[in-house]
Amino acid sequence: MKQTLKILRYADKIDPVSVKDYVKVGGYEALRKAVENPDKIIDTMKASGLRGRGGAGFGVGQKWSFVKNTKADVKYVVCNADEGEPGTNKDRVIIEKVPHLMLEGMAISGVAVGSTKAYIYLRAEYVYLRENLEKAIAEAKAQGYLGKKIMGSKYDFDIEVRLGAGAYVCGEETAMLESIEGKRGEPRYKPPYPGVEGLWQKPTIINNVETFVNVPLIITDGVEEFRKYGSKNNPGTKLYTLSGNIKNPGVYEFPIGITIRELFEKVGGGCPNGKKLKAIQTGGASGNIIPPSLLDTPFDIDPCNAVGATFGAGDLMFIDEDQDIIDVVENLTEFFDEESCGQCTPCREGNRRLLELIRKFKDGTAVLEDLELMEELSEVMCDTSLCGLGQASAKPLQSVIRFFRPEFTKNMKGGHQS
Amino acid sequence: MKVTINNQVIEVQEGMTILEAAQQIGIKLPTLCHHPDQDVKAHCRVCVVEVEGQRVLQPACSFRCFDGMVVHTNTERVRKARKMVLELILAHHNQDCLHCARNQSCELQTLAAHYGFNEENRFPLRVRGEGIDMSSPSIVRDPSKCIACGRCEWACSQYQAVHVLSRKHRGFETYFSTPFDMPFDESICVNCGQCVQACPTGALTIRDDTEEAWAAINDPKKVVVAQVAPAVRVNIAEALGEESGTISVGRLVTALKMLGVDYVFDTDFTADLTIMEEGTELIERLTNGGVLPMITSCSPAWVKFCETFYPEQLGHLSTAKSPQGMFGAIIKEWYSKKIGKTPQEMFSLSIMPCTAKKYEAKRPELGRNNYQDVDCVLTVQELAKMIKSANIDFGALPESEFDKPFGLGSGAGVIFGATGGVMEAALRTVYEIVTGKDLENIDFTMVRGLKGTREATIQVGDLPVKVCVTSGLANARKIMELIKEGKADYHFIEIMACPGGCIGGGGNAYRNWAKISARRKALYKIDAEKLPVRQSHKNPAIKEFYQDLGVKPGEGIAHKLFHTHYTDKSHVDI
Amino acid sequence: MNNCRRIDPETLKQVANLAAQYKGREDMLVEVLGQVQKIACNSVPEEVISVISKEMGIPKAKVYSVATFYAFFSVQKRGKYVIRMCKSAPCHIKGAQEVLAAMEKFLGIKVGETTYDGKFTLETCECLGICDRSPAIMINDEVFGPLKPEDIEDLISKFE
Repeated sequence: MKQTLKILRYADKIDPVSVKDYVKVGGYEALRKAVENPDKIIDTMKASGLRGRGGAGFGVGQKWSFVKNTKADVKYVVCNADEGEPGTNKDRVIIEKVPHLMLEGMAISGVAVGSTKAYIYLRAEYVYLRENLEKAIAEAKAQGYLGKKIMGSKYDFDIEVRLGAGAYVCGEETAMLESIEGKRGEPRYKPPYPGVEGLWQKPTIINNVETFVNVPLIITDGVEEFRKYGSKNNPGTKLYTLSGNIKNPGVYEFPIGITIRELFEKVGGGCPNGKKLKAIQTGGASGNIIPPSLLDTPFDIDPCNAVGATFGAGDLMFIDEDQDIIDVVENLTEFFDEESCGQCTPCREGNRRLLELIRKFKDGTAVLEDLELMEELSEVMCDTSLCGLGQASAKPLQSVIRFFRPEFTKNMKGGHQS
Repeated sequence: MKVTINNQVIEVQEGMTILEAAQQIGIKLPTLCHHPDQDVKAHCRVCVVEVEGQRVLQPACSFRCFDGMVVHTNTERVRKARKMVLELILAHHNQDCLHCARNQSCELQTLAAHYGFNEENRFPLRVRGEGIDMSSPSIVRDPSKCIACGRCEWACSQYQAVHVLSRKHRGFETYFSTPFDMPFDESICVNCGQCVQACPTGALTIRDDTEEAWAAINDPKKVVVAQVAPAVRVNIAEALGEESGTISVGRLVTALKMLGVDYVFDTDFTADLTIMEEGTELIERLTNGGVLPMITSCSPAWVKFCETFYPEQLGHLSTAKSPQGMFGAIIKEWYSKKIGKTPQEMFSLSIMPCTAKKYEAKRPELGRNNYQDVDCVLTVQELAKMIKSANIDFGALPESEFDKPFGLGSGAGVIFGATGGVMEAALRTVYEIVTGKDLENIDFTMVRGLKGTREATIQVGDLPVKVCVTSGLANARKIMELIKEGKADYHFIEIMACPGGCIGGGGNAYRNWAKISARRKALYKIDAEKLPVRQSHKNPAIKEFYQDLGVKPGEGIAHKLFHTHYTDKSHVDI
Repeated sequence: MNNCRRIDPETLKQVANLAAQYKGREDMLVEVLGQVQKIACNSVPEEVISVISKEMGIPKAKVYSVATFYAFFSVQKRGKYVIRMCKSAPCHIKGAQEVLAAMEKFLGIKVGETTYDGKFTLETCECLGICDRSPAIMINDEVFGPLKPEDIEDLISKFE
């Protein structure tokens, strides 16, 4: 199935670091338009309907207008390149192949809200991308696309790369701010939101890598062209990561709303070795695990929510018949247990307790009360945790209990059924 | 702005949190990580409430009211969540409540009681940490009781700028500890006890020396001589369940006598002595070009802080011992002879608002020939415990007087217990000694109050004396940085380690600013209304004492007994 | 960098020089810890933390707190090469455990341990972001995958 290459249209066709190459294919034209008409940027974003691609799906124009409308001497732009969600690879591909598109998008956001300083928070696992990324920034600076008085305008915009150090929670926007400030990556309570009090308490735009790369495209191609793809509520294309038991794992660009089945069968080529598909984890490690009966769900925020799937950052992990779902859920819960920052009670304590309970099912010592306790605990974790990590960490378990309940009941002591 | 909480419509101020708003209508929401003196943390999640229109429950401590907000604090959803959060905390908390120093004063225990945990915890008990740290003379740290609330770290870093406690690891393994779990006494801890004051559970408690005191009391060979610090008289009743700021000096003396103490003296006396010695030193420095600004040295946590973090500035510290140190020397070196005993037969017991006094008593400078001038320091909390265990109904006690000859202190000595008190006491005396004139008004109100740092300039004869008063070591650090940069043009600075002064000390009943404010008022009330003499140099007992010694302040035996020196304690880990 | 068995004075000096460049820059702490690990045997043990604290002017308790938070930092000494086996779900369901077992066998150590010569430390980590190459590992700053248990010997033997 042929990809709809918008973001990745020049991937592998130009030298990713070279400004010259990028400008040759129309790069930094959007930034030129932006500095000429800075007041139009946010309206354009709003008209485009672009939503954040990091998982929360917040309206970009709206987010930027909060920052613009907050009075402050300094404002910041932060690019979230802490792609920690297991099974998500898209930002790595973007940074590898089209870094200037991201830098341009960031600069445009800075012009829009009056920010002159930006950070890219790159996860430690992508440390090998740093050199080229910094080279790209240096080249853009040398050519006047970044730095002082960009493109001869009155705007300054400087970008610095900060490397993480192995903490999934730093993908949470306020934890990321803490980390950039040199601290433990512990999420802040909200409100106040970063748009009002962000980095060093200053109004801050935080967007995902993939969100930023859409910005120049919307400006150069036009809103209408952008909205041609995707759905009314969530327009545009999306980079999808396919992983797990699938023939062609990788990152692919398609319009939002392509069905999960198309991604599984036509793009991914199905499970290897003729195995049967057992389940799909949607939206990353914190996303719901759904049965193959939901394969025809369009992969988009609203349709996913409607059936109990998760759009997240557009990831699909395919699980074949050889896998034990309890084992998968144990693995995911181990992940959250290790990645919990340890600040708030429900996440710090709850993930460990979920893990202990899941293991009882694995070793066959669980009873019905354990299943009920897992359900109650999951609910409380979602309802009381401080940040998105704690609020979402029990989601996969909850979805498995919902869609694959017999997997638990058959593993109870004495083969108890309910 | 109107909000509705549990169907009650109330008018609230902009910026108010749900916790504060609920308090206005008589709902005290449960809290653990929240402390009224500290910044909001929103970590423990026991205060969660339901806010209409919000997807998830919100913590009342951090969530601010908005106009038209509708809040429910006791719905099924809230109660279930709150109880589960508590159950999770309890399952990771060593529950040997009957053996815990915080039994019946533990905030977690109280919440557990309110929420009725009648059934067994559904999660198996897990215990944190690597055992109890008993290395400090002041503070006991038991990680198995830590609930990772963060209040100790806040106190240690925000109030005190000592930074010895921090959050370590992450996830389930998270708790608060020293770097590499180093024992307290090897660390840069200054023994102030503000972490103890902040801790909601028994993870950080005062080292309990009551058995040592009981042993001495019950030893017929020992003469037990107690000294009682100024702040204790406005704290002990509170620690025994009475109102904050209750003055109970007479009952306190009775209680100590009933416990079996032989002589009960008033540290207020050596506070006056401190003014004489320190005041003389100040005049000396002012007239003979000594190191200025001179800084007070009564607060042992402050002294240790200076020795640890600013050893190159130790010349600024007054060489005068603290009132406790002076009294210890008097008891062992002077009073023992008066009553025909050897120093070893004397048991010198201090009742203090302070955990660092325990450390001070062990300083080699405050002892000689294998004995210390102060044998045992009990904090207000420990004395309260002794009174309870001796079955004394403190409320019903008659009043007694301190023993002579060290039973009379001035109002100037009493206010040592509040920030600004030492400064005011010094000014009341130094002014009159330098000018030879009586002050018309001895109330130096400009150095009073609970504001972190205060400054004033007082004309003393020809010299405008510029003074500064601060409490809380974070504030002290700022002053020390100014001194380091040569930007502090003060003559005299009072520094107390604990925010608010000794009435905010680590050894008192658990603090908050409202309580400290009540204690402060009580001290100034004693000064203004209860004491015949309000200036140290006018205290007849002081005059008599110097006559007896046969010297003037700062001279001969007075210098030998009442002055000390300091040691560079700069640490590899600063 | 030699195989790592102890932190020598020369290394501590390098750490001090590096940290001193960022005196008063608390925001650079995560960055500095990362760079220091490259010169100090992939780790920030107590003596190294003390130097960073002193040179940057950040309390040791804070440096220690930050160092124990991030998975890529270690206050325990590690080897010249840190091998990180991804154990996130996409690798897990494609046989990460078998690859890990092969590494344990080949190196003669368990996860969390360092070879006696101070050359290799074996750890697990979360998603490396190369799920199309799962099961995947990272050795210092390089990633490898997809791996089969039988690939391990050749791969690891290449590291001197």
